[in-house]
Amino acid sequence: MARSTLFRVLRPLSPRARLVIGVLSFVLPVGLWSLVSYVPAVWHPQVMITDPGSVSYLDVGAHLTRAAYQSELADAKQEGRAPPRGVPANPIYLPSPGEVLKAFYTSFTTPPETRDGQWLHQSLWHSIQIIFWGYVISSLIGVPLGILCGAYAALARVNEPFIEFFRYLPAPAFGALMVAILGIYDGPKIAIIVIGTFFQQVLIIANTTRKLDPALLEAALTLGTRSRQLLTRVVVPAILPDLYRDQRILLGWAWTYLIVAELIGTTSGITWFITQQARYQHFPNVYAAIAMIGIIGLGTDMLLALLGRHLFPWDRSLAKFA
Amino acid sequence: MNDIHIPGQLLPSHLEQSPAVRARFDSLKAREVILTVSKLHKNFDTDGNTTVALKDINFSTHRREFLCVVGPSGCGKSTLVRILAGLEEHSAGDVLLLGQPVTGPGSDRGMVFQGYTLFPWLTVKKNVMFGLEVNGHGKLESDREAMQWLQLVGLEKFADAYPHQLSGGMKQRVAIVRALANQPRILLMDEPFGALDAQTRCRMQAHLLEIWRKIDITIVFITHDLDEAIFLADRILVLSAHPGQIQELIEVPVPRPRSVAQIVSAPFLATKARLEELIYSARHDPADEEEYPIMGRMTNVADNVE
Repeated sequence: MARSTLFRVLRPLSPRARLVIGVLSFVLPVGLWSLVSYVPAVWHPQVMITDPGSVSYLDVGAHLTRAAYQSELADAKQEGRAPPRGVPANPIYLPSPGEVLKAFYTSFTTPPETRDGQWLHQSLWHSIQIIFWGYVISSLIGVPLGILCGAYAALARVNEPFIEFFRYLPAPAFGALMVAILGIYDGPKIAIIVIGTFFQQVLIIANTTRKLDPALLEAALTLGTRSRQLLTRVVVPAILPDLYRDQRILLGWAWTYLIVAELIGTTSGITWFITQQARYQHFPNVYAAIAMIGIIGLGTDMLLALLGRHLFPWDRSLAKFA
Repeated sequence: MNDIHIPGQLLPSHLEQSPAVRARFDSLKAREVILTVSKLHKNFDTDGNTTVALKDINFSTHRREFLCVVGPSGCGKSTLVRILAGLEEHSAGDVLLLGQPVTGPGSDRGMVFQGYTLFPWLTVKKNVMFGLEVNGHGKLESDREAMQWLQLVGLEKFADAYPHQLSGGMKQRVAIVRALANQPRILLMDEPFGALDAQTRCRMQAHLLEIWRKIDITIVFITHDLDEAIFLADRILVLSAHPGQIQELIEVPVPRPRSVAQIVSAPFLATKARLEELIYSARHDPADEEEYPIMGRMTNVADNVE
C-alpha cells in the first residue's frame, strides 16, 4: 500500500487496509509487551534466582535487583563459596503475555482463596449487574429528560444550567454520602454509576435532539400533525439512531465508573477479585481480570453496533461508520 | 394553437389572449375563491431593527387554479408561502382559506418543500400514510389509500423502499402524493424542483400538470425559474424585493394543454419578455451592477483558446 493511498485527508480506507490496520492496533501494543517480556536484553532490571548457591537468604524464584545479585555473586566468588545462579527477569508486576494468557484460563478454574470468597465468574457477573442497574436507572430518567430538554427550550433552560454544574462534581465524591444513605452493599455502587452517567446523558441526548432537521417537523406540521404528536411521531423516531449511538457511548462511560463504585462500602465484584489477587501477588490474574473488563466492554459495544444496523436499516450515517 | 415565433418578428403583447385562453380564464374566475390574501404584511425584527419582508400583499386564487409566484431573491416569496402554510405568523392582514382565517399549519393546506423532507425512518408507503394516520384514519384505510396514491404516480413498486433508496425526482413525487393524500384544498410548493437536474425537472413539471389536471386541487407554486412559471401557471404573481410587494399579476396567455414545444411560441416569449422586464429592471442591487474587472493575460500570447 502506497503512502499516498493511506494518508488522504477524510478519505475512507479500502476494506483490506481497514482490516490490516485494525488488527495492527492490537498487535502493536502486544508486540511491544512481548518484546519487553521475552527479549532478556530489553529492560529486565532484576534477576530471578534459579539456584541460591551458598547465599542463605535467597530462595528459588526470588527476585533481586541486578546490582544486589552482582554483589552477592562477587562476594561468593571471592570467598570461594558456591555462587548463586539466576536469569534476567522483569519485576513481578509485569508478567509476560503468555502468563497472562494462561491466567485467563486458570483464574476461572482456581477456587477462591478464602471460604467466603467468590469465583471469578461470580465476581464478573456481580460487576455486570451493578453496571446494568446503574445504566438502566440512569437511562430511565436521563433519556426522556434529555429528549424533553432538547425539544422544549423552557425545560432545557430550567434543567441544563444546574446539570452543567453538577456534571463537574466527581461521582466518587458522593461515595461516603451514598454509603450513609444506601448502606454498604450494592446500593451505593449503583448510585455512583448513576451519578457518573446521568448528568452527561441528559446533556448529550438533549444535544442530539436539538440536531433534528427542523424541516422534518415542518413537513409533519403541514400534514396536520398536532404539536403533542410531534414528539412521538417525529422527534423520537428521527433521532433514534443517534440516540442509540449516544447510549452505546454512555454505556462505556458507565463501565469506567465501575472500579471506583465497587470500592465503596464493601469491595465487591471484579474489583474485589483484582484487589485480592494483587494482595497474593498473582499479577497475571490481575492483568487478566482488567483485560476481561475491556473484552466485555468492547464485545458488548460491537454486538450493539451490529444490532443497530439491523434496527435502523434506513440510517445512512450508521452504514458509513459501523 | 399558436405558431412558433420567428425571431425578428415583433412579439405580441402578453396581454393578448386567444379566444380559447380568454374563455378558460372566464371559467376559472367563475369558480369559487379558495384562498384570499388581503393587506398582508410581514415584518422581521432583528436586534431592534425592523425589516419589512412583505408589504401589502393582496390576491386570491380560484378553485383548481395554478398560481406561480416569481420574484428576485429576497422578495419574500418563500416567506409568503410559509405564511400560507401557517409555518410563520404574519404581522398584519388576513389569509383566508374558504373564508376561514389561517392560524397555523393544518391538513387543509398541503406543502412540498425544496429540500427532501420525506421521513427517512418510514418506507415510501408509510410516508404517504403519515398524514392520514395523524388525522385519525385507521391503519387499513390509510394503507389502502396510500397504495392508490402511489399507483397514481406510478410508484407502487417502491412502496416498501426507504427514501434514501429513491432518486431526487422520485422523492419529490412521493412528497407530492404525501401532501395530496390528506386531500387538502390547496397545495403549496416552495421551489420543489429546485434541487433536481434540468432533465428531471422538465419531466416533473409535466408530471405535476398531469396530477393537477386529474385532481381537484389548487396549487400555489414558488419558483425563480421563469420558464417553469410560464409552463405551469394560469397566473403568475410577480413580486419585487425590499420590501416584497406585488408588481403585477400576469395572466399567462399560453393555451392549455401545455407542451414543451410551446416554449418558443409567441405568447410564451411575450410573457417571458414581460417577466424579465419586471424582474430585471426592478433590480437595483449595486453589487449586481458593478462591472467585473478585466484580467491581465497570464498565458503565452500564442496559446489561444478562442
